[in-house]
Amino acid sequence: MDKKQSDHDMNLRGTLVSVFFVGIVIVAMWVAVYLMYVAR
Amino acid sequence: MHFHKYEKIWLSFGIVSLIVFLSVVGVSAFSQNHTPSGGMDTIDPEKVNETAPFDNPGVTQLDEDTYQVAIVALAFGYNAPDLRVPVGKEIIFKVTSTDVVHSFTIDDTKVNMMVVPGRITTKSYTFEEPGKYLILCNEYCGTGHHMMSTEIEVY
Amino acid sequence: MIAQPERKIALWHLGVAYTAFLIGTLMGVLQVFIRNDALQLPAWLDYYQILTAHGVLLALIYTTFFIFAFFITGMSKSLGSFGPKVRLFSWIGLWVTLLGTVMATVMIVAGEASVLYTFYAPLKANGFYYVGLALVIVGTWISSFALVGHYMVWRRNNKGQLSPLFAFMTITTIVLWIIACLGVVATVLFQYIPWAFGWTDTINVELSRSLFWYFGHPLVYFWLLPAYIAWYTIVPKLLGVKVFSDSLARLAFVLFILFSIPVGFHHQLTEPGISNFWKFLQVVLTFMVIVPSLMTAFSMFATFEISGRKKGGTGLFGWFKKLPWRDVRFTSIFIAMAFFIPGGAGGIINASFQLNEVVHNTLWIVGHFHITVGTPVAMTFMGLTFWLIPYLTGRRFTKRMQRLGFVQIITWSIGMLLMSTAQHVLGLMGAPRRTAYSGYNDHPSAMEWFDGIISNHVTMAIGGTILFLSAMILMYIVIMTMFVSPKAETPEQMVEFPLAESDMSNTPKWLENWWIWIGIAAALIIIAYAIPLTHMIQHAPPGSKGFITW
Ligand code: HEM
Ligand SMILES: [Cu+2]
Ligand SMILES: [Cu+2]
Repeated sequence: MDKKQSDHDMNLRGTLVSVFFVGIVIVAMWVAVYLMYVAR
Repeated sequence: MHFHKYEKIWLSFGIVSLIVFLSVVGVSAFSQNHTPSGGMDTIDPEKVNETAPFDNPGVTQLDEDTYQVAIVALAFGYNAPDLRVPVGKEIIFKVTSTDVVHSFTIDDTKVNMMVVPGRITTKSYTFEEPGKYLILCNEYCGTGHHMMSTEIEVY
Repeated sequence: MIAQPERKIALWHLGVAYTAFLIGTLMGVLQVFIRNDALQLPAWLDYYQILTAHGVLLALIYTTFFIFAFFITGMSKSLGSFGPKVRLFSWIGLWVTLLGTVMATVMIVAGEASVLYTFYAPLKANGFYYVGLALVIVGTWISSFALVGHYMVWRRNNKGQLSPLFAFMTITTIVLWIIACLGVVATVLFQYIPWAFGWTDTINVELSRSLFWYFGHPLVYFWLLPAYIAWYTIVPKLLGVKVFSDSLARLAFVLFILFSIPVGFHHQLTEPGISNFWKFLQVVLTFMVIVPSLMTAFSMFATFEISGRKKGGTGLFGWFKKLPWRDVRFTSIFIAMAFFIPGGAGGIINASFQLNEVVHNTLWIVGHFHITVGTPVAMTFMGLTFWLIPYLTGRRFTKRMQRLGFVQIITWSIGMLLMSTAQHVLGLMGAPRRTAYSGYNDHPSAMEWFDGIISNHVTMAIGGTILFLSAMILMYIVIMTMFVSPKAETPEQMVEFPLAESDMSNTPKWLENWWIWIGIAAALIIIAYAIPLTHMIQHAPPGSKGFITW
């Protein structure tokens, strides 16, 4: 099977949304502590 | 080796975020002098009390806007008489130890310095609020570790 | 089922692991009650003695013995039965590690080694504490070489073939471990032991710390990678799918060899003797080691989604409901992964150069490693234990045990959520770690820390108590499945080793060329460490004599 096509078969939209949830946790926690750092 | 399109998007996002984090801390550290405490100065841990500035611990005014505070950490306390410093001035803390590793940590500030025997740790900090700040040791140093504390008054 | 001799070796490892777990978690619950002044210790027992035992027995001993049990079983399963030499050396490795463990533990109990598991000089423990720890490392090396030998035999017999994913990942972890241990072996052998026995008078403190942390960071990857092995190779089987991508899984693992070692300075960001340049360089390298974990996150969700969709889940999140939530082997590991999201995010904060000043040596750090090693790793190990022990003993994992398993992981999650959240918040406010009860003479700042809704003495104690109960339920399951549960008689009652299939047809061969990875790793280590360590040696201040301050 052609690689492009196998991508097409695999519907990973849920995965994309889920990893972005992880990304948001990372960014939010980091920014929170960064702001605490700046405030001290 | 094949990356799914979404994985490429995710990894790009992740890597860009990491680069942003690094740039933010890097620029702030190196161009605005926000590096963590440290320093390359050494000292004989058995001769601390004879070596400047620790032969005269406490606060010294260096010039109009700068003060130096020399502190000797030891199990389980700090040799640092009369810790009173003004608000809004640059305070340079210099700390060393005569025995084991300690820390010199001022609550609610960026001052969180590891204190290693044979080394002098330096940190510059400017207080913005007057008050009495708790100083404590947060590196395990023995039975009395949780008692090791003092206070600094900012006026 | 794997051969009887390997089962016996693995079960012995599990026996030692869970003995350490039992004592270690008991220490943990004592800690939370001493910290809030609910418990007074008798004069012959000290908080820091207990804390040393907790750190050593859980972080070093439980993990190590469990990991080798898992590796031995998995290597026998995926590469075939061990030869006589591999068996012999696995036994020798076990006994040497155990001897070291007992030696170190005796020293802690005797009050001769209240120096915590990081044993920072110039706190000077009894020399036999360091000898014990050195033997632990040597023992793991012997076990490691036994497994590497087994792998080499397989490679010789299967020329030109990629090894099975489990074996590849095991060898990656072992390569990482052996390179990492060089640092701690160097400092213990050449600095601590001569000094502790009085053959040298003084010790170069900063060098000893740096060599320790050269080891200390990859140590956490030595705990984490076996959990990742389970996530990559066991979880898909539980979900009824293949490994998401064999080549990306292998790529992630080799990236760990490269970037998990030259980063130890991120534990030393606030200390003197290392210039900002070298600290920052290692911070950058630390950020590189985040990438393979981002890849892992994607692979995991993709595995879930593919499985859920195969089972008929539709829409954006329909697959989520189709996951086998009633299978405690899966649910445990899923929760473990969930804890790793804030755990990993916290790690990025800790490593962010000056941000480290906010959290360094506060209770935040304690919260952090309980939601990295204390739950993601430990709960993955629990999820493996549920089937690993019955698989090895040939007993059943009964319905009752499965239900208890759920009680166990849910209580652990609740307890850990309470305890670690309290610790994170307390730490951000400034409360220090590694401290017995102290109000700092009732200083208002210290009073304020413990005055919050989450950040108070009670939350941590409740969390700790629930955790301990959970640990005891696990001990019950361990003992039952090891000695008491009925033997499996029919094939359905047999517990399997759920190892997923991995499609290697698109995996490039160079991924398994170890010399490439060891070579690049060595180059990175030299770049990151050669100059600062040389400086530490050449411009060393007069050394420190030892202190016994407990
Ligand atoms: C019953 C479950 C547990 C409880 C109640 C518990 C409690 C605690 C507490 C309160 C501390 C902090 C003490 C202080 O800084 O003063 C601590 C430290 C620590 N815990 Fe746990 N813990 C548990 C399980 C675990 C597990 C499963 C692991 C790892 C596998 C672990 C690893 C550690 C480590 C490495 C330390 C640091 C020791 C040190 O500072 O030297 N704990 N634990
Ligand atoms: Cu201390
Ligand atoms: Cu680290």
